[in-house]
Amino acid sequence: MTFGNVVERCRQNESELVREWREVVARSLAGRLPAALVEKELRDILDALLGALEAGGGTDPQAEPYAEVRALLVELSRDRAQQGFSPRETAVSVFGLKEAVSKVLGDTDVTGFFRVIDEFGLYTFETYTKAREEVITNQAEQLLELATPVVKLWDGVVALPLVGTLDSARAQVVMEKLLQTLVDTGSEHAIIDITGVPAVDTQVAQHLLRTVVAARLMGAECIISGIRPQIAQTIVALGIEFGDIATKASLADALMLALSRLDVDVNAEIAKRSR
Amino acid sequence: MTAQELPIHGDADVVRVRQAVRALAIEAKLSLVDQTKLVTAASELARNTLTYGGGGSATIERVENGTRAGVRALFHDDGPGIADLALALRDGYTSGGGLGLGLGGAKRLVDAFEIRSEPGRGTTVTVTKWAR
Ligand SMILES: Nc1ncnc2c1ncn2[C@@H]1O[C@H](COP(=O)(O)OP(=O)(O)O)[C@@H](O)[C@H]1O
Ligand SMILES: [Mg+2]
Repeated sequence: MTFGNVVERCRQNESELVREWREVVARSLAGRLPAALVEKELRDILDALLGALEAGGGTDPQAEPYAEVRALLVELSRDRAQQGFSPRETAVSVFGLKEAVSKVLGDTDVTGFFRVIDEFGLYTFETYTKAREEVITNQAEQLLELATPVVKLWDGVVALPLVGTLDSARAQVVMEKLLQTLVDTGSEHAIIDITGVPAVDTQVAQHLLRTVVAARLMGAECIISGIRPQIAQTIVALGIEFGDIATKASLADALMLALSRLDVDVNAEIAKRSR
Repeated sequence: MTAQELPIHGDADVVRVRQAVRALAIEAKLSLVDQTKLVTAASELARNTLTYGGGGSATIERVENGTRAGVRALFHDDGPGIADLALALRDGYTSGGGLGLGLGGAKRLVDAFEIRSEPGRGTTVTVTKWAR
């Protein structure tokens, strides 16, 4: 693939090209990014792109001379994805170069050069999509953290109300959080409430059992509460045995059990607190 | 009635299968207990498809039998298959560090359970639950 004198002419008109390109991009970003920043991004990309073409880059975006261009585009996609720009707005940042080239170079034959730009436009689209997925995964992980509050119910008693689907990733987070809270609060009793868990399969049960065992190793006893009738029947049909782990229908029942294990005289405590 | 085919290639797919089965079970007017049983069986089978079958698919549909409505779910993979079905169905048997209650448990949770498997030719499990 030959590019005629396109590369040379781009070099001669580099600042004008960057300016025109920035105009196109600015239109789609509508002032949501500072013009100076966009201009610097575009200038760097154009410089790297022309450099690669001068070094015989060809039309394959994965070719060695394009390493720097790719790095710059990955950075651009990642920034745009994090800032919440759409894939279209991000791709325009690359495709917009075509408009600028047409305007500045007039009637020069730019077919080969445009092919290269198209390849990089698509490349940006792909990296944007990947970056966006990463952003979403991170948000999902943050949600996971948020959705597992461990609350202190009483001196020495913490509760973990589970809500939603307890998949492996979440079960791991939940277990770690509970064990950490036991340490931080010096509690010896934990109540795991599963009222908000729609189904308990063998995997969820195994996670629960492991959590209870791990807590025991740390000297704490767990009570599982919130076992609704449909869940109880399902657990029995599955053949899951909770062994000597205390289970209760409601959180309140579980708290009463924990308090009696702690030898707390609830009536006396209430009287004391209301004095 | 048209069947839906759902891919099972990751944890998120298992959750999606469970949700889709729950939706059909509600449509077929299964009781809350029966919904939960079917969803739990589907969860076990979808997870086996993923873990042991190396991924596959679930095909779920509403079925009718005279006056009764129900839900049928079929789980299929082209994985290694099961050499000894009786052993795999035995409570407590696991080759992967599970509780070994998934297959036997799923069978007890539904009204009809059918498993076909051959070493090297994948595994297909079909379960049906009827409204009472
Ligand atoms: N789709 C499948 N493909 C191959 N092997 C399977 C499949 N499903 C189940 N098995 C085998 O049957 C065993 C028992 O399954 P299951 O009762 O669900 O227990 P667990 O999942 O805890 O191992 C598994 O450990 C595995 O060896
Ligand atoms: Mg299983």
